[in-house]
Amino acid sequence: MRARRTDGIVRASGPGARLLRVLLFVVLGLFCLYYLFPLFVMVSTSVKSLAEIREGSFLALPRAISFEAWAKAWGSACVGVRCDGLQPYFMNSVMMAVPAVLLSTLLGALNGYALTKWRFPGADIVFALMLFGAFIPFQVVLLPMARTLGQLGLAGTVPGLILVHTVYGLAFTTLFFRNFFIGVSDGIVNAAKVDGAGFFGIFFRIVLPMSLPAIVVTVIWQFTQIWNDFLFGVSFTVGDSNPVTVALNNVVNTSTGVKEYNVDMAAAIIAGLPTLLVYVVAGAYFVRGLSAGAVKG
Amino acid sequence: MASGIRLDKVRKSFGGTEVIKGVDLEIEPGEFVVLVGPSGCGKSTLLNLIAGLETVTSGNVLIGGQNVNRVPPRDRDIAMVFQSYALYPTRTVRANITFGMETRRVPKDAQEAALADFAKLLQIDHLLDRKPGQLSGGQRQRVAMGRALVRQPAVFLFDEPLSNLDAKLRIEMRTEIKKLHQRLGKTVVYVTHDQIEAMTLATRIAVMDNGHIRQFADPATIYENPVDLFVAGFMGSPPMNMIPGRLFHENGQVFVLPRGARERIRFPLDGPAGQGEGLTDGREVVLGLRPETIFAAGAKLPGPNRYLFEAPVEVVEPTGPDTMLVFQIGGQDLVARVRPEDAATPGAAFRFEVDMGKAKLFDADTGRSL
Ligand SMILES: Nc1ncnc2c1ncn2[C@@H]1O[C@H](COP(=O)(O)OP(=O)(O)OP(=O)(O)O)[C@@H](O)[C@H]1O
Ligand SMILES: [Mg+2]
Repeated sequence: MRARRTDGIVRASGPGARLLRVLLFVVLGLFCLYYLFPLFVMVSTSVKSLAEIREGSFLALPRAISFEAWAKAWGSACVGVRCDGLQPYFMNSVMMAVPAVLLSTLLGALNGYALTKWRFPGADIVFALMLFGAFIPFQVVLLPMARTLGQLGLAGTVPGLILVHTVYGLAFTTLFFRNFFIGVSDGIVNAAKVDGAGFFGIFFRIVLPMSLPAIVVTVIWQFTQIWNDFLFGVSFTVGDSNPVTVALNNVVNTSTGVKEYNVDMAAAIIAGLPTLLVYVVAGAYFVRGLSAGAVKG
Repeated sequence: MASGIRLDKVRKSFGGTEVIKGVDLEIEPGEFVVLVGPSGCGKSTLLNLIAGLETVTSGNVLIGGQNVNRVPPRDRDIAMVFQSYALYPTRTVRANITFGMETRRVPKDAQEAALADFAKLLQIDHLLDRKPGQLSGGQRQRVAMGRALVRQPAVFLFDEPLSNLDAKLRIEMRTEIKKLHQRLGKTVVYVTHDQIEAMTLATRIAVMDNGHIRQFADPATIYENPVDLFVAGFMGSPPMNMIPGRLFHENGQVFVLPRGARERIRFPLDGPAGQGEGLTDGREVVLGLRPETIFAAGAKLPGPNRYLFEAPVEVVEPTGPDTMLVFQIGGQDLVARVRPEDAATPGAAFRFEVDMGKAKLFDADTGRSL
C-alpha cells in the first residue's frame, strides 16, 4: 500500500477560514505553554544556585547558569548513607531496563505472531488470559513474586527485577503485537510457508521487519513503564541494587540537612531524561518508517 | 519433475459451514488444469488444500502418489501465486523473488541466473530494487508470478494470476504461461474467471459450483458437451441461450416447443440432441443454443439440421468481429452472434437460422444433459 498523503488536499480559504486557523494556533500555543511550564521551572531551578533560589522567585529566569547542582546530583549527592550521587543507580536502571524492554518486546512479538499466524485451538482463550494479566493491579502480585524471586535466588538483585518486568510486561507487549499482526495479511505468511520458511524463519525475516511501528510503540511504552517503575524497584531491590527511581526518592526525601532544590530538580531531570531520549529517537524513527510507506502490505 | 495430484473425497469445513463438499479429482503429471466457477464456490480453498495451507476436514490429498495430508506446505514441492499477491512488503522485488531459493539454500549464482531469466520474461527487470508498495497492481502480480516461477517446483498453483493486468499484457502473459508450461512440463492448477484463459490454457477444465466439481474434462468437451445446465451456462461468453420448453413428436420427429412462445416457433431436434432416451411427449426440457449457432439466414453455407425462424431484434450490440443481436422467444432474451454486415436495426423483424446439430437438451428438473 502506498503511503496516503493528506497534505495536498485543497483546503477552504478566505478570511473566515484564516481567522479560524489563527484561533486554532493561539489555543494550541496556550496549551503548549501550560504543558511545558513545569519543565521550565525544573530546568531553570536546577541551574540556579541555592542562594538565588532562596532570594528570587520560582518563576524568574536564572541570573547565572551553573551546573554544580547537576554534577552533585549525578556524582556526589547522598542516597541514604552512600554519597556517590545517582550515577550507580542510574546504571542499575539501565542494566535493568534495557534487557527487560528487549526481552519483553521480543517475547511479546513472538506471542502475538503465534497467536495470530500459527493459530492453535484455544488461542483466543490463551490471549484472553494474557490480557487479564494487563489488568491485575501489581500490588496483588508483590508477595507471591517476592517468594518466587527468593526461591530462584534472585531476591534483591537486578536480574530479579529484569525477570519481574519481563513477565509483567508480556501482557501489554503481547496485546500490542497481537493487535498489529491481526491486521497483517495471512497471505504473506502463507506465501512464506510455501516458499519454505519455518516458524522462526518467517518471524525473523518477514514478520518482524514488517512490525517496525509496533516495535517502536512497544519499546517506548515498555521503556517508560520499566524505567519509571517505583513499586517493583522498591519492593524487590535493596540499597545498592536500587533503580534510579528509588534512589531519586531517597535523595529528595532526605530529612537531614538543608533542602537543596536545585539538586533535587537536577536529579529528577536526570532520572527522567532517558524516557525522553527514547521517545525522541524511537519516535523519529517511527515517523520515518511510516512515511517511507514500506511498512504494511 | 512433475507430479500428479489426486484428491480423494476431500471435504473442508470452516466452523459449521462446509465449503468443499467431497471433491474427487485426478490430475496427471504435467497437466494444466484450470479451475473455474462462480465467486465463493471454493476455488481458492481447494488450492489452499492442495498447498497444505488448510487442513482437510476429511479425505486425502496425494501429490506424486504420496499422501500429503500431514506434510506441511514447505515440504510439498509446490509454488503458489496468491490471489492477493501476498508480497513481502519490507523486501525489495529482488528479495521477494529470491526468498524461496534462499530458504532452500540455492547457490547465489543460480539464484541470480533464475532471477534474471524470469524478471526479463515478466518485464519487471527494471523494478528489482523497488519495494512492493511502490508498484502498481499489475506489476505486483507479475512479481508474485516471478516468485513462484523461479522455484521450479513439481506443482504450480496459480490463483487468478492475471486478473489485474491490462488486456494486452494479459494476452502476452497468457501466451508466456502456455509456452512455459510446454517447456517445463510442470503440473499446474490454475484458477481463473476468464473464459478465454480457461479454454486456451487448460488441458482439462474443472468447473466448480458451491463446493462440488460439476464437470472435469478437456476444454472442447466442456464447451461442446456440458453435463448440465450449470456448466453449459458458465462456459461461453455470451452464455448459452437456455430456452425452457416442452417436447412433442410429429411424424417421427422430436420438437421443442418453447414455453410461452406466441410465434409458431418449434425447434426440431434433428441433430444428436434428438437421439437421447426418454424423450417422451410433454416432457419439460431446456434447449441450449450457443449464440454462435444462431446466425442470419443464409449467412453460412447450407448444411444439415438447419432451422429458420423469424423474430424481431430488440438490441444490437457490436463487439467488433461479431455483432450480438438480442431477441425474444416466449418473453425470454436470447442472443445470436452474427457478422457485423448482417446486423439489423432494432425493432425490425429478422430471419435467423439455427444449427440444430449443435443444440443441447437438458432435463428441466435436474438440469442434467439428456
Ligand atoms: N477462513 C475461512 N473461514 C470461513 N469461511 C471461509 C474461509 N475461507 C473461505 N471461506 C468461505 O468459503 C467459500 C469459498 O471461498 P474461496 O475463497 O475458496 O472462494 P473462491 O472460489 O476462491 O472465490 P473467488 O472467485 O471470489 O476468489 C466462501 O463462501 C468463503 O466465504
Ligand atoms: Mg479465490
